[in-house]
Amino acid sequence: MSAHSTSSLHSSSSPLKTYFAVWIALLIGTGLTVYAATLDLGRFNAAVALGIATAKATLVALFFMHVYHASEKLTKLVVIAALFFLLLLLGLTMSDYATRPWS
Amino acid sequence: MRRRSPLPDSTLVGLHHEEEHHPELLHHFANAEQQRDSSSLGMWVFLATEVMFFGGLFCAYLIYRRWYFPDFAAASKSINMALGATNTAVLICSSLTVVLAVWAAQTARRTLLILSLIATMLLGVVFLGIKGIEYRDKFVEHHVPGASFSFENEPVPGHPGQFANPRHAEIFFSLYFVMTGLHALHMIIGLGIFAWLLYAAWKGRFTPEYHTPIEIGGLYWHFVDLIWIYLFPLLYLIDRHP
Repeated sequence: MSAHSTSSLHSSSSPLKTYFAVWIALLIGTGLTVYAATLDLGRFNAAVALGIATAKATLVALFFMHVYHASEKLTKLVVIAALFFLLLLLGLTMSDYATRPWS
Repeated sequence: MRRRSPLPDSTLVGLHHEEEHHPELLHHFANAEQQRDSSSLGMWVFLATEVMFFGGLFCAYLIYRRWYFPDFAAASKSINMALGATNTAVLICSSLTVVLAVWAAQTARRTLLILSLIATMLLGVVFLGIKGIEYRDKFVEHHVPGASFSFENEPVPGHPGQFANPRHAEIFFSLYFVMTGLHALHMIIGLGIFAWLLYAAWKGRFTPEYHTPIEIGGLYWHFVDLIWIYLFPLLYLIDRHP
């Protein structure tokens, strides 16, 4: 890869539009989380709250932290590795606790 | 890092043409771009360790929340949701000012860069101030785990006549203080980093060719924002419906 292909985040015509759009989306997401928390969705309350949080986190990582435009594939690998080990930690632990009828 | 053509000729023959190099380019990098990518990758590896660091706490939270859900719901309801939501918005705005700072550095807008850095720091201070008000409330209400902790006769949401077990609620507040406290510590460190960035920007050290510290500092700030995006619903919004 040479210089011109790696500096896409510098040369993209107007990143500002994206930044403000993401900012608005994040604020709407926050409002939505608060609103959803006041509804009685039973066991889905937690799923909705975490779903919105994950959508917001994805927006921050992709556009504010420039993962989407990352020139370096290793950066994406590190992000995926971090998520993988986090899911391993949470997934295996919770699958243990969730399947213990005696506790 | 990535497949590259062999080292530039100047390196092979041991010559160094100063005029071709930005003064910030260190000798062990082939070019400024490789140097920037390496710094960015280093920061991402650090952030991966931070994911595991906070991940352990999130894991503890999930286990206890599963065991003591009614008590966690009651304790969560005692935290001021409006303050938490405001703080979420404050952090999101600060993330916007961070990307504006990066953009300003890329496009050589010095005034915008300095103003964005100042705005980010101000929002960070507002966040910590609101957090302080919240902590104060918890101290006044004796919801801080320890000898004077008290959580008697607090109703469990959705279960009239049922009261939360204070010992279990205390676990919620322990997690609340450790997780938000650790997050606040990251904010304070972030403020220190941004104070240095502001100083360097004031000195005119950043150019479109070299502004890696702004990008790296920005990554850190966004990550702290990202943690809060999860902390807010998990700690403040467990069971809020009437």
